[in-house]
Amino acid sequence: MSTWLLRRLVQALFVVLAMTVIVFVGVNVIGNPIDILISPDANAAERAQAIASLGLDKPLWQQYLSFLSGVLHGDLGRSFVYNEPAMRVILERLPATMELAVAAVLISILIGIPAGLYAGLRPNSWGARSLMAGSILGFSLPSFWIGLMMIMVFSVQLGWLPSTGRGATRALFGVQWSFLTRDGLVHMILPSINLALFNLSLIIRLTRAGVREALPSEYVRFARAKGLSPMRVVGVHVMKNILIPVVTVLGLEFATTIAFSVVTESIFAWPGMGKLIIDSISVLDRPVIVAYLMLIVMLFVTVNLVVDLLYVVLDPRVRLEQQG
Amino acid sequence: MSVPALEVRGLSTHFSSRAGVVRAVDDVSFTVQRGEVMGLVGESGSGKSVTGFSLLGLVDEPGRVVAGQILLEGRDIAKLSDGEMRRLRGRHIAMVFQDPMMTLNPVLRVDTQMIEAVQAHEPVSRAVARARARDALGLVGISSPEERLSAYPHQFSGGMRQRVAIAIALLHRPALIVADEPTTALDVTIQAQILSEMQDLCTRFGTALVWITHDLSVIAGLADHIAVMYAGRIVEKGTVDQVLDNPLHPYTQGLIGSVPSRTPRGERLRGIPGMTPNVLNLPVGCAFRTRCGRADAQCEEDPPEFAAEPGHAHRCFHPVAELVA
Amino acid sequence: MSTSTTIVAEESPFRRLVGDFVQSKMATAGFVVMCLILLCAVVAPWISPQNPYDLVQIDIMDSSMPPGSVSAEGLKFLLGTDDQGRDILSGIIYGLRISLIVGAGSALIAGVIGSSLGLIAAYVGGWVESAIMRLVDLQLSFPSMLVALMILAILGKGVGNVMLALVLVEWAYYARTARGSALAERRREYIEAAECLALSRARVVFHHLLPNCMPPLIVVGTFQMARAIALEATLSFLGLGVPVTEPSLGLLIANGYQYMLSGKYWISFFPGLALLLTIVAINLVGDQLRDVLNPRLRR
Repeated sequence: MSTWLLRRLVQALFVVLAMTVIVFVGVNVIGNPIDILISPDANAAERAQAIASLGLDKPLWQQYLSFLSGVLHGDLGRSFVYNEPAMRVILERLPATMELAVAAVLISILIGIPAGLYAGLRPNSWGARSLMAGSILGFSLPSFWIGLMMIMVFSVQLGWLPSTGRGATRALFGVQWSFLTRDGLVHMILPSINLALFNLSLIIRLTRAGVREALPSEYVRFARAKGLSPMRVVGVHVMKNILIPVVTVLGLEFATTIAFSVVTESIFAWPGMGKLIIDSISVLDRPVIVAYLMLIVMLFVTVNLVVDLLYVVLDPRVRLEQQG
Repeated sequence: MSVPALEVRGLSTHFSSRAGVVRAVDDVSFTVQRGEVMGLVGESGSGKSVTGFSLLGLVDEPGRVVAGQILLEGRDIAKLSDGEMRRLRGRHIAMVFQDPMMTLNPVLRVDTQMIEAVQAHEPVSRAVARARARDALGLVGISSPEERLSAYPHQFSGGMRQRVAIAIALLHRPALIVADEPTTALDVTIQAQILSEMQDLCTRFGTALVWITHDLSVIAGLADHIAVMYAGRIVEKGTVDQVLDNPLHPYTQGLIGSVPSRTPRGERLRGIPGMTPNVLNLPVGCAFRTRCGRADAQCEEDPPEFAAEPGHAHRCFHPVAELVA
Repeated sequence: MSTSTTIVAEESPFRRLVGDFVQSKMATAGFVVMCLILLCAVVAPWISPQNPYDLVQIDIMDSSMPPGSVSAEGLKFLLGTDDQGRDILSGIIYGLRISLIVGAGSALIAGVIGSSLGLIAAYVGGWVESAIMRLVDLQLSFPSMLVALMILAILGKGVGNVMLALVLVEWAYYARTARGSALAERRREYIEAAECLALSRARVVFHHLLPNCMPPLIVVGTFQMARAIALEATLSFLGLGVPVTEPSLGLLIANGYQYMLSGKYWISFFPGLALLLTIVAINLVGDQLRDVLNPRLRR
């Protein structure tokens, strides 16, 4: 178990290291940092001085090492736009994105699993068929298009829900949160549903497939032969087996959710990291872009690691393999 | 004699599909006394497993028990509601399945799966239920049952898992256990052990046992009675000696002829010619007539049940041997 | 039974596929829509009411007119006009071109690269295989949106960069599929026979192995094409994709987005509808192809 964990950690570290190389090469070799980092109206002396102070005259490997040490210290330069450390600019936006992503994951679990159970238990019902058709659309339609339609219907035509912004926020642990106020919650409804749709479709389909597979299985028949109630058969015997794929997928999709929050935040003008990165790309605020990419890779690798651990906890068969 | 543990009368279970109705079980009747073992023999697709599932009310859509009575200790359970049937299952009538690798839920610990079986029928505490589970494991010959309770199914061998399944079936000392080929998936040596243990336990607790198998040699040393199924019907039934020593139905004779140990040394094993008929398209009359050397025009009618001697019945117009007795 | 087998034997495999395919009305409808869309894109200059990028043909006075309006010159705007006075219908027809070129093009390039790598992995084996498959695993473990975002953040926008991003996102799916089916095919007798004839490796791989791995690759390709079109639209909507001079459907939708809140829905809505139709049609075709081409599902 511990050797497995160690191997997994080394692997994660390797991925992060590889990503720093890719990002570094992308920014400093493919792109030209001098054009990006130094104001175009600087004169030749200023340019030379700036190049020296940024260390751009040093050999590439030295530049990479100083970049790496910057990553380790969380120091990725100052944002041109905000004139603040890039990492701080991003971390300020992190709670808004996390709030949205967690809400989206909660929605996809709380609606997706019951809906998938229903579709699996009553596969020929009208409701199950429309759920399946709907989930195909949720898969294949681009989420920005669905977001637009949601705004058009619920904000513009019906006027039920606000279309943009976070609404009122309240502080908790020194951070502003939308979910603590009524207004904020109302503002969260459309964006979080929009962000949830892909995962929701995925979970409905996974759960349904799991139920369809488990129901005719011998262990379910045996559980029924023991005289267990249908609630217990479905709720414990079937559920426990479905949870493994669902947790795996949810964990892996959490990173996708964060990545796709770029789209949702842009549509609903939600002031999170995603909107920040799009704005930064359009004004070429390179330090923020690099900081965002590094942060999201770290986040992604961490989530993957946690999912692997959870997987081991959930499935005794995997646990044994790793012990042996 | 007292009320039999199980009496089945005219049981029919049909599966309706787009292609037509499959009569998986067709007018099946048999009786099992307390503490007795009845072997239900037939090849795959003969309806023997569906018969077992019908007894427990575990037939799934599109299948349905369409006719017949199932008298468990004199009480007809065929017409019970789902809820009533559920309270009966596991308590008065239990089942052991074919593949022990598949019957225990792989992601739940053994104690969870045993405790829930106790608590489903008796309002006892977890500790009490666990103690009962431990005793049951000891009963079926699992050493250090306390440790074993906390294990997961995949940490057991196939034979051990089947013992756990048997222990679960015995938890409530049911009147009847239906065992659906419980040893087919196991090694031959373990097969023999489990066979004799189960027989002992059932005799001890007065539990009736319906042992479903395709293997005559398994049942020969175990059962008190035998019923031979073919294409959804019981074609011959009687005591073990009656059926094995004096088979009347050509199909039974064919079955016995194809068992190696019962064939004298040096003699060729005889198979049964032809194939199991398509269940959707059974021949009219006797379903076996297309494979039978003795069939004639009369066999196109439905053969009724003939009583050849007390306790020995068959469905054949031209039984193989005239009785000596 | 025997009569039906003789009928099947007379049919060519292609005719049987077509016969199986049209069993589903939805899929047939999807195929027809897909063909119509493709046709529209190809003959765009001849069928569109105006050339939306020819400034001479556009009059700012016609801006933001609702569907069905008629311009001063008597030109009818079936789907209305945008803020520049461009005919929406014409914009959509031209936008489809860009979307399809980028989507189909990247799916094709990714398909060639990915399938080749997958076949090589399956056929060569050893460290080559594990290196390629490691790369596939790494690629697949990163969300496509993230990869595309990363590439475009570093390289900037442009049709070429978008296609590069889409190819990088997609090649791994083909590689995995190609390797999977090639590994299964490799064990068949005909490959062993080809090897016994001492044919060159390249010949065995591309003339014998590849054709037999095609069905699953075609299915993956169909779905990946729909995915590429959706992803391109998303990137363009975010302003990371194609430049303003070559607007795809995604960019058209983005242009109209700000007017949507003021009730001028048509500027975004109709390009969105075109995108929806395209994606759904391709997915329907892909779904049916998967069923038809899957030998396990064939009766």
